[in-house]
Amino acid sequence: MNGPSLSGLFLRFCLFSLMAVGGATALVPEMHRQVVDLHGWMSSADFATLFAIAQAAPGPNVLFVSLIGWKLAGIPGALVCTLGMCLPSALLAFTVGRLWDRFRHSTWRMAIERGLAPITIGLVLGSGCLLVQATGTRGPLLVIAALSALLSFRSKLNPLWWLAGAALLGGVGLLS
Amino acid sequence: MPHARRMLVEDRRWLDDRQFTELLSLGQTLPGPNILNMAVVIGARFHGWLGSVLAALGLLSAPLVIVLSLATLYGRFAHSARLIQILAAVAAAAAGLVLATGGRLATRMDRDAGSIFILVVAFLANFWLRLPLLGILLVLGPLSIGLAWRRLRREQRTQGGAP
Repeated sequence: MNGPSLSGLFLRFCLFSLMAVGGATALVPEMHRQVVDLHGWMSSADFATLFAIAQAAPGPNVLFVSLIGWKLAGIPGALVCTLGMCLPSALLAFTVGRLWDRFRHSTWRMAIERGLAPITIGLVLGSGCLLVQATGTRGPLLVIAALSALLSFRSKLNPLWWLAGAALLGGVGLLS
Repeated sequence: MPHARRMLVEDRRWLDDRQFTELLSLGQTLPGPNILNMAVVIGARFHGWLGSVLAALGLLSAPLVIVLSLATLYGRFAHSARLIQILAAVAAAAAGLVLATGGRLATRMDRDAGSIFILVVAFLANFWLRLPLLGILLVLGPLSIGLAWRRLRREQRTQGGAP
């Protein structure tokens, strides 16, 4: 297995940064496509596990990207991927933030926001389905995914409870 | 995000509610991690580019250390059968959470035929056909923004016509 170079990773994640409409979650299938399907740098199950660790840990969910980098090239990989993912969009936000007052009420700004929404949602739902698939389609896991989707959709409880509940079920061996 | 709102608006009073909502919509309109976009803009508003850099570092550095420590632990114990089972269960639940996020966002979007069509095409192209995201965005982005623009103009015209 030939790993990626650090500069290659940086450029790849710079491009991801500008494609992350509506946030990092929308990028999951594209990252999977490149990292697992195209290059075979990790298995689909590893990918799903790293996502789970990022969700369970405190902090913004963009840190999933850091874990991908960590898996591919250790701590330097984590730093390079995180920087690549954050820098271009942060520069854009910095620039636009200064002009924001001028755009705030323009029809174009509202059109961009409302036009991107259905794309973001389609991508996020795609991310969810892909992660279910990557975790493995054994019956008990599908039940857990469905339950967690339903419970967190319906209730306002901190979603960490559902992750903790799942960990417990896995830990006592109910899934084997 | 609710936590960020409580800290910025209620505890520290750095922003009022209206400013917070505006910055949130900025963070969501632009690409990239929403909360990081907000941090950069808030930092810049108070202390220029240095404020942005510090806000971004403050937001990311501690969680980054934690998540990498967890990953290192995982790397050390990855062969344990029990840990594999636990993580598979957590991964399934995490996937469920993402589906719920998508569902919750969907209850808040415009639900005309055009938007739903775009949503379905984005989903199928991305998940089922596994097409490159860049292509999906370049085709669907302008189309969907154009449709939204037409909707907005129509709404503005009907509002303008009413007394």
